[in-house]
Amino acid sequence: MSGGGHGHSNGATVKERADIALNNDFLRKAVKFTTERLKGGKLKATDEHGNWEEWRERGKQIRLHTVAHLDYYLNQFVDNARANGVHVHFADTAEEAVHISLSIAERKKAKTVVKSKSMVTEELHLNHALESIGVDPIETDLGEYIIQLAGETPSHIIIPAIHKNRYQIADLLSVDAGETLEPDTQVLAGYVRRKLRTKFLEADIGMTGCNFAIAETGSMVLFENEGNARMVTTVPKTQITLMGMERIIPSWADLEVMATLLPRSATGQKLTVYMSGITGPRRSEDADGPDEMHIIIVDNGRSLQLGDPEFQELLNCIRCGACLNACPVYRHIGGHAYGGTYSGPIGAVLKPSLQKNVAEWDDIANASSLCGACYEACPVKIPLHDMLIYLRRRKIEQGHGDKVEAAGMKGFAAIMSKSGRFKTVLKLGKLGQKLVARNGEIRIKVGPLKGWNSYRVTPSLPKKSFRDGWGTLEAELRHGLQEIAPEARARMEQIVKDRAKGGGHGHGHG
Amino acid sequence: MGCSMKVSLFITCLSDAIYPRVGEAMVRLLARYGVMVEFPSVQTCCGQPAFNSGYWKEARVTARTIIESFEDCDFVISPSGSCTGMIHHYPKLFEEDPVMHEKALKLQSKSYEFSQFLVNVLGVTDVGATFAHKVTYHPSCHGSRLLGVKEEPLALINHVKGLEFVPLPFAEDCCGFGGTFAVKMPEISGAMVTEKSDHVKETEAEVLVGLDMACLLNIAGNLRYRNEPVRVMHLAELLYEGVKQA
Repeated sequence: MSGGGHGHSNGATVKERADIALNNDFLRKAVKFTTERLKGGKLKATDEHGNWEEWRERGKQIRLHTVAHLDYYLNQFVDNARANGVHVHFADTAEEAVHISLSIAERKKAKTVVKSKSMVTEELHLNHALESIGVDPIETDLGEYIIQLAGETPSHIIIPAIHKNRYQIADLLSVDAGETLEPDTQVLAGYVRRKLRTKFLEADIGMTGCNFAIAETGSMVLFENEGNARMVTTVPKTQITLMGMERIIPSWADLEVMATLLPRSATGQKLTVYMSGITGPRRSEDADGPDEMHIIIVDNGRSLQLGDPEFQELLNCIRCGACLNACPVYRHIGGHAYGGTYSGPIGAVLKPSLQKNVAEWDDIANASSLCGACYEACPVKIPLHDMLIYLRRRKIEQGHGDKVEAAGMKGFAAIMSKSGRFKTVLKLGKLGQKLVARNGEIRIKVGPLKGWNSYRVTPSLPKKSFRDGWGTLEAELRHGLQEIAPEARARMEQIVKDRAKGGGHGHGHG
Repeated sequence: MGCSMKVSLFITCLSDAIYPRVGEAMVRLLARYGVMVEFPSVQTCCGQPAFNSGYWKEARVTARTIIESFEDCDFVISPSGSCTGMIHHYPKLFEEDPVMHEKALKLQSKSYEFSQFLVNVLGVTDVGATFAHKVTYHPSCHGSRLLGVKEEPLALINHVKGLEFVPLPFAEDCCGFGGTFAVKMPEISGAMVTEKSDHVKETEAEVLVGLDMACLLNIAGNLRYRNEPVRVMHLAELLYEGVKQA
């Protein structure tokens, strides 16, 4: 099985993994600290830029258009990249992508590979595969370097070591250095920079991901802050770039929109420190760059979303991580609790969608309060909160639901289908609660109230429901009721008229 | 002024069963502006618990009671942004049933959350209330994000005399209710509501006000569990109490 998703936390279900995270104060503090900083930075940057909603809409339209014509733009990209001298490969599955990568490494008799940050290589578990044939993969992004030392997986799409504080990082790097390093960001980053200098020079292959692939010129574009990706793509003789098949955008003009959306959404930066556009291997007149360049275009479940109206928009994702930073669930449980390569709201939808693994859908999709903060944060407006519901529904429809819950929902529908039944149930509830309610409150922690009442007190049902008291209330209010003010009445009439005319549905944002 | 406007109350099952005082405050407040609501008693629940859990067949059964309850009125108002928001899902829920789909679209176009109706339809931002307390406000996710109800409650709160408003830190964060989420993932939900109550405490407000009793049931329950003496009210309750005091 591919992409089995080895999260670092143990635990079979998201609930078990979340409980582990919830009991880890270091993790919770570290994640909260950084997500709040990123979220605040994003809001500031988007406010300053202005017209953010229009930029989001433009970004969405570009992504919708590209994904709707993905075959066309992929072909255009591949033709242009090949014309530039790039070896382009297609991989339907993770195994194929790994096989192609290893073949290149073997042919080049590679001993070390320097890597810049790439989520798709995480998805493929490519580091393990390289190690298995005796090639040493070296992560050169600071965060990735740290988690590689720790033997972990990234817990955030753009901040891989978000779950660690600088004291934990200093401990890890001190072991690596063989001397005690101060828990000071400058000192720690300085150590890693010096150490990696030699690694760049020695490496046989530079391996990268891809933020955007430009169809019109066959170029690939990388956004980064540390300069490591530029080293990876200029020093080694061979470059391998792995990209999800949906990374395409049509043109450099479209990149302008993406370059506006991505850094602001990811880190609150106007632009990352480096943005590199790479069009083919080194030409004779170039001073540096790889002699040989490969691009491996990875499907691995992505094309399953094409033609699925409820999930195709998943392919619009530009991997900025804004939904993770905005998510109140992610903030409390971190990324490893999601149990896959991608975490947070996007991961909760992406993991089951890429695998179309019905039996596991419900597990992660349930770890959301459906608050919609992810959608609001998303620079290309992916309705993740709706997709989470679709995942839940598909699991139920395909008969993988929980039997007790299913019976409960049948009961719920039966009661709520007739107001008389609802009234009867309320009556029974009022009788039943006599056993457990004290002073208008229910505090027992049994049955369905166990989890709820471990954090809360539940009010008991009042003597009279609203409908019980309605007759009296209505009679009282009808007596001596005044007229609606003329302006208000005119507005109401106008609204009703416009509705009939325009057929406009929803005055809100719905 | 020939035609009379028919405004119906969608009480929501939660306010009906647990918080009748919210429905009553809302109805009494509207009556002051000459709006006498109808209460179709065949209504039950919007179906959100089933819909959000993926049981759409069951959700359709209850959604039908709501659609039928409000077929012949001009406006539907409810004390919940979330239940009103659920009505916005009805067209998708019935996308394969053209007759019901059309009815669902009709219902969606005439459904309003309470503060939306008061401010945008009746044109009221100052109800003439006095409420001399320190108050903070939690904007519920579905009302503010999905219906876009953001300015209306603040406009109403800002016009209350004597009221000292303290903004809630991280106000836009979900309180952790999420319907069945609170039951299925009690520890995550518990962590979220605990953080929300912490922020409420930081404001030192005497009163927490909101527009959705489900979220307020959650936050109030946690505050009570921790013996925090914060009074939790729906905005309609606060306004009506303030009007009586004025």
